[in-house]
Amino acid sequence: MSKQDALPISISGLTKSYGSLFALDHVDLEVKSGEFLTLLGPSGSGKTTLLMALAGFTRPDHGSIRFGDEEIVTMPPHKRGVGMVFQNYALFPHMSVAANVAYPLKLRKVPKAEAAGLVERALETVQLGGYGERRIGQLSGGQKQRVALARAIVFSPRILLMDEPLSALDKNLREQMQIELRHLHEKLGMTTVYVTHDQREALTMSDRIAVINHGRLMQLDAPRRIYERPANRFIAEFIGESTFLKLERKGGRLNFAGVELEVDEVPEGRNLSLVVRPERLTILDGTDAGKTNIFPGTVKDLVYQGDTTLAYVTLADGTDIAVRAGMRSEAAIEKVKVGERVALGLKSADVVLIPDEER
Amino acid sequence: MTNWLKRPASETQITHGQRLWLYFVATVIMILLVAPTIIVMPMSFSASQYLEFPPREWSLRWYEHYLSSPAWIDATWTSLKAGFLTMCVATPLGVAAAYGLHVSRHPLGQFFYIVLITPIMVPVILIAIAAFYVFVQIRLVNSLFGLVIAHSILALPLVLIVVSAALKSYDMNQEMAARSLGASRFTAFIGITLPQIRFSVLTAALLSFLTSFDEVIVAMFVSGGDNSTLTRNMFNALRDQIDPTIASISTIMIVISSTLLILSQLFGKSRD
Repeated sequence: MSKQDALPISISGLTKSYGSLFALDHVDLEVKSGEFLTLLGPSGSGKTTLLMALAGFTRPDHGSIRFGDEEIVTMPPHKRGVGMVFQNYALFPHMSVAANVAYPLKLRKVPKAEAAGLVERALETVQLGGYGERRIGQLSGGQKQRVALARAIVFSPRILLMDEPLSALDKNLREQMQIELRHLHEKLGMTTVYVTHDQREALTMSDRIAVINHGRLMQLDAPRRIYERPANRFIAEFIGESTFLKLERKGGRLNFAGVELEVDEVPEGRNLSLVVRPERLTILDGTDAGKTNIFPGTVKDLVYQGDTTLAYVTLADGTDIAVRAGMRSEAAIEKVKVGERVALGLKSADVVLIPDEER
Repeated sequence: MTNWLKRPASETQITHGQRLWLYFVATVIMILLVAPTIIVMPMSFSASQYLEFPPREWSLRWYEHYLSSPAWIDATWTSLKAGFLTMCVATPLGVAAAYGLHVSRHPLGQFFYIVLITPIMVPVILIAIAAFYVFVQIRLVNSLFGLVIAHSILALPLVLIVVSAALKSYDMNQEMAARSLGASRFTAFIGITLPQIRFSVLTAALLSFLTSFDEVIVAMFVSGGDNSTLTRNMFNALRDQIDPTIASISTIMIVISSTLLILSQLFGKSRD
């Protein structure tokens, strides 16, 4: 399996409605050949419907899906040749591990000897070499997920679809499997579409993330861009923690609570809000200088969380804002007491502006 | 014994002593359920001309009489054929209906389910009369084919209920996985779903066989002549002469039915 075999996916105008509810609302999306793309969204956002449309289990009302140059929107699932990993593994409990993995090969009439070799290799790829004779019931959750993965890649599909494959695993195993899946993708290079509602998982694994809500594509970008430059309030709220500060526009300037904001550039158009991530704020001790925005406020609460300490500060307009102080500024935050006045600093490079939405 | 009375009956604080009344009631109910069935067995080994209990003298003469009577043997074959064919008709149809209704999200799904199980909700005599009138029109009275159709109507709901219940606890994602791996829907059903619900399908097949084999009311109306069933002839024989042959035939039928049921339970045990 080499990267040249991977296929790009081209989705355009894809629409699926259930009654008056749009599960998919004119979605346009290009998945690059060999890319690891994650569909991220809350439950009911349409991300699973989109994956099911790619797999062939949901028939869209309108729109087109192309694998490479081939239009497949009406093609039945078994002819699409995609590997798919399901949330609850969907292994066949009446078959051995090897028979599970051999199933797609049997359907493709691969000669027995050749199939046995491919099965063993696929099992080795997922670090389950020698497990072929086991019964499905004897496996742990993580092992089941590996078998499901082996079964989905054994026939070298050019596209791999995964529907929240790690959601049934406990946290440590999930994080370990995220790294493993990532490595596996680098090794096999097949175009991968991964569905999750877990933002951290999406940030960890993906080349690009497509954030989906109400059946619409909200933003398609690299993880760093999604996190650091969210396009709208929904994304800023859904991914990471954020506080929103409402800004006033005065001429070509932006003000918060009467104080002018230092910004690299002021976008045109509607009213804007400032998105503040807790870890981007610093508690100033008077030595900081340069192009920094300063927000005075009163410490309302301090929460010790082990690796960090979280401070809640009430700003001049009454908004409570969270400040996360990591190891570096731990000393600074230790000096702070509840009820004291502090100054919070935000570098102009960390200023993220989003349009206000009517809610 | 007193120790046993004081021991807890299960994972509770209730002792066997406190549960004695329950054991008593359960035993009485089991006797009431089974006794009428068991009682024909000794009667069948009687040497007397008439049905009597307990028999004063033992013999196998009524078994001999049954086995040497062409009329009884023909009727037995008719019943076995009807049972087998009913099984062959009702099982695939019922499995297909159960699968279709399970997978479909059609708003009328529940309605169709109820329509399909009406034959076990309406009195059998109504179905018998209806079948008779229709079969007179299309000349199916006294034919094996007609009997199998009528019995299949009675058996189909049982297959539907048993298989629907099995599908409810089956993970349909497996079939989706199989289809994503290259299996057509039919291949996925045969290779993945069917092996996992096979116990229920076997039970359903057995029930459809027994539905036909034990059935008398519909058979009274639509079977006759060369295609009279065993149960129909037994009913007639009871009306005309009270003769222990009936008891011997009943005993044979009980043995056949129980054997099949026990076999199906053994299949069930080995399913995991």
